[in-house]
Amino acid sequence: MTKKTVIEKIWENHVVSREEGKPDLLYIDLHLVHEVTSPQAFEGLRMNGRRVRRPDLTYATMDHNVPTINRHFVSDPISKTQMQTLEQNCREFGIELADIDHPDQGIVHVIGPQLGLTQPGKTIVCGDSHTSTHGAFGALAFGIGTSEVEHVLATQTIWQKQPKTLQIKVNGKLGFGVQAKDIILAVIAKFGVNAGTGYVMEFTGEAIRSLTMEQRMTICNMSIEAGARAGLVSPDMTTVEYLCGRRYAPQGEEFEEAAKRWLALATDEGAAYDKTLEIDAGEIEPQMTWGTNPSMGSGISGYVPSPDQFEREADKESVRLALEYMGLEAGTKLTEIPVDYVFIGSCTNSRLSDLRAAAEVAKGRKVQDHVTAIVVPGSQTVKQQAEAEGLDKIFTEAGFEWRESGCSMCLAMNDDVVPPGKRCASTSNRNFEGRQGSGARTHLVSPSMAAAAAVTGRFTDVRELAGVNQ
Amino acid sequence: MEPINQFTGTVCPINRANIDTDQIIPKQFLKRIERQGFGQFVFYNWRFDDDGNKREDFILNDTKFADAEILVAGENFGCGSSREHAPWALLDYGFRVIIAPSYADIFYNNSVKNGILAVKLTDEEVETLLGRASVPGFKLHINLEEQSVKDDQGFTAHFDIDQYWKKMLLNGWDEISVTLTEEKKIRQYEEEVFGKQYS
Repeated sequence: MTKKTVIEKIWENHVVSREEGKPDLLYIDLHLVHEVTSPQAFEGLRMNGRRVRRPDLTYATMDHNVPTINRHFVSDPISKTQMQTLEQNCREFGIELADIDHPDQGIVHVIGPQLGLTQPGKTIVCGDSHTSTHGAFGALAFGIGTSEVEHVLATQTIWQKQPKTLQIKVNGKLGFGVQAKDIILAVIAKFGVNAGTGYVMEFTGEAIRSLTMEQRMTICNMSIEAGARAGLVSPDMTTVEYLCGRRYAPQGEEFEEAAKRWLALATDEGAAYDKTLEIDAGEIEPQMTWGTNPSMGSGISGYVPSPDQFEREADKESVRLALEYMGLEAGTKLTEIPVDYVFIGSCTNSRLSDLRAAAEVAKGRKVQDHVTAIVVPGSQTVKQQAEAEGLDKIFTEAGFEWRESGCSMCLAMNDDVVPPGKRCASTSNRNFEGRQGSGARTHLVSPSMAAAAAVTGRFTDVRELAGVNQ
Repeated sequence: MEPINQFTGTVCPINRANIDTDQIIPKQFLKRIERQGFGQFVFYNWRFDDDGNKREDFILNDTKFADAEILVAGENFGCGSSREHAPWALLDYGFRVIIAPSYADIFYNNSVKNGILAVKLTDEEVETLLGRASVPGFKLHINLEEQSVKDDQGFTAHFDIDQYWKKMLLNGWDEISVTLTEEKKIRQYEEEVFGKQYS
């Protein structure tokens, strides 16, 4: 029997139609919907008199626009319209919705796994590029545009050319103070923002196997920042244990049966990939970006580079523009860069373990006076769990603001905006120009590095602060 | 969508790699619930400063390039967010063809589904076009059937395109209508996997 990767196994289970000269028509098992990329899709259905083929495989929430202070005060009338439109559309087409008052509301990529909707072997789509997050479960999950959202709503299928497979092998063990976020930032810094274009990535290796599900989600979440529409990890016992007892996961005997099927999906020993890239976990130190795309970063002991250090003309120019936008001078030590804002949240790093890691650093320390620091849990459930553990108290006593769940300052579509020229240590996924606000300067870091920046007022190697509370 | 085959237009060069969809259409303009009207916001943060004044040094603010219909740019065009508002904005502004060495996967799909022809040429070819297009009024002739790009100074290049997308673009087909002709196969799949009929 041919040895197959998890990617090929899932693909073959979902082919509805395969014809020469055409992409494959794939069946979709779970379609997640949010308020920003869906209104035009529902409108398209209405205009053509079409219905939603499988409302039972569709689940909606509102996350991009929602306020994180007073949940019922949406200052921008257009945001409000978008949220109301989603409510109307879900009612009209019979789709389950976790709206602003719902206890399950949260960032779509946080609640899918939390509710057990995300399962190994599923094909999962959402009109959001960070859908790759769900790949942590050994699901084939990728972001789609609004035309494709409409297509999936109407047909429960999507046309896709079979992608090439790329193995990202993370060898060895992670060093002290190094988090999942550091792995993925180091991978992107090493291989570039388009290393994965045209591929689906599978993360393998000792360092990946030892990660929890929440850590795997952080890694798969940022596959798209390396150009791959989807990134995944083969299912194993960590995956099965996470899903046991979750609301939408199979229960009882059915769970046992499902678990066997899930484990059998893992990539076969000796299966071939189209390409393999390797990195040694032991070499990875806490990371931080200095530029305007996620590959422009390095270990915290590094310096802001000079455009002259790059070979290609195009790269020299990109780095020159990035430093100009970021207001940084070549040769500056990264730990000498001050911060004005700290954002702990987003679909990359807003889960309970992320908040615990940040709280461990914040405990007994104070946010510097000139720093505004906010913590935005990924969902209402994460918020409640964190409060039950007293994490909210640790944060507020240290001077962080404790907010309601949503996408928040990751893309600043609500009121959580970094002002022009201000510098933010952010646990989110994109440091693009203007991402957190027009003229805002974003540095991507892990949750504990973000907390360390808040309490020292500058970027700091968290390993220097660690141990105090242990 | 509008079919596209032969197209001639003037060119605007933006010599940057990794132009992400946050630059093409910043998030503050994603709140509309329509598909139209995004053109006025295309490259907003590069076209306007924080006070809403035009940035004189950005090429689309140069009246000699403002009416361009073909955009030439660096590699990995359209990376980042999956927002289809990016191709909607480019199309609404007036760009029907984009030429770059490579595109992000989601952006590429979103473009062809809106009738934008995203042409992939080699680094060298794009380099040549970026140079020639810095002269205002530079025109290119695109022929999708032939898969060719030509100028009036002897430049000629062949481009590859997936035959499925080529057919969709040439005919301007609505993909959902095409898929619904596969209804029987979808139903068959559902019966096999879920043991039930859904249509």
